[in-house]
Amino acid sequence: MNCEKVSQELIAYLDGRMDSAKRRETEEHLASCAACRGRAEQFRRVWTVMDEVPVIEPSFGFDARVRQRVAAGPERGWLAWFVPQARLAFSAVLLIALTVWIAKRTSNPATGGPAGSTEQDFNAIQHLGVLENYDVVTKMDALSELVPSADQKPQTPETEPRESND
Amino acid sequence: MLDVKAGDNASFDSLLLKYRSPLVNFLYRMVRDRATAEDLAQDVFLRVYRARKQYIPSAKFTTWLFRIATNAALNSVRDNRHQRMAVSLDVPAREEPEALPRELPAREMRIDEHLLERDRVEFIQRAIAALPEKQRAAVLLHKYEEMDYAEIAQILDCTEAALKSLLFRAYENLRVQLAPLVNPSALSQRAAERRPS
Repeated sequence: MNCEKVSQELIAYLDGRMDSAKRRETEEHLASCAACRGRAEQFRRVWTVMDEVPVIEPSFGFDARVRQRVAAGPERGWLAWFVPQARLAFSAVLLIALTVWIAKRTSNPATGGPAGSTEQDFNAIQHLGVLENYDVVTKMDALSELVPSADQKPQTPETEPRESND
Repeated sequence: MLDVKAGDNASFDSLLLKYRSPLVNFLYRMVRDRATAEDLAQDVFLRVYRARKQYIPSAKFTTWLFRIATNAALNSVRDNRHQRMAVSLDVPAREEPEALPRELPAREMRIDEHLLERDRVEFIQRAIAALPEKQRAAVLLHKYEEMDYAEIAQILDCTEAALKSLLFRAYENLRVQLAPLVNPSALSQRAAERRPS
């Protein structure tokens, strides 16, 4: 046995938890190695010194508090995993409501948010050519195809000359 | 524990009576705060009670109990580490009104000058508390709970060989830390050398 091997087994040797064959080997090494023998002796002293640490007693009422907690505490089964705490659930609901409110506010231009969505902008651009064509706007040929209903009033004479003038 | 599992509450009282002191002491030596140790011990008993129906006697009850306790202590130590690091030197070391501000450990001088019993115990406790968490747990379970290697290895979730190595390093650290108490002759020799002739 060398010093390294002995140092690995030294605690077990001092404990008396070593089989007889290993014990004999360790003793033989300790007899011939002053360094390991000195260390073993110091470990023994460390254990003696550690015995000076006093044992404390649990405070008065310790048992009662344990029993009280055992009696009072609801048992949390596996289902409890899925049940969030009340405060956590409230915070989550509040956060979702706030997010929805902010999202609605930003998508509605009437409430002072940014003007229109991308879809609205696209429609405006798509019809820009028609709006810029003055002829289409003034003649309004499409309207002539409409059959006037019975209750509809006849066109006033003031509107007719304007068309003929064009 | 099997009786507790079967619904016998009187058996739980017996467990409480038998293990409360070792558990509180183990946790106190781990966290170095009595109130925290008692709170943790209560939590451990509560967990044991609530897990009674799932208890399978594959290991010794003490192994199971101290595994829960060790995990609770390690979590507590890790959670409170930043707070402990922020402790000011101006804050008194103990809660007594006459307590002096903390002193940086000028170990050899202090031990040499006045080795009162309380100082000795405090010194030993500090040396144990200064060990890395896993080494500390291993030493406490080995020295004070007198558990065998297989049990401690199971609690700390390591092999027996790794545990032996861990214990050796831990006691080696303690041997160095506690040198003034373990090797007082060397200390007085050093003090004599420092003294002006």
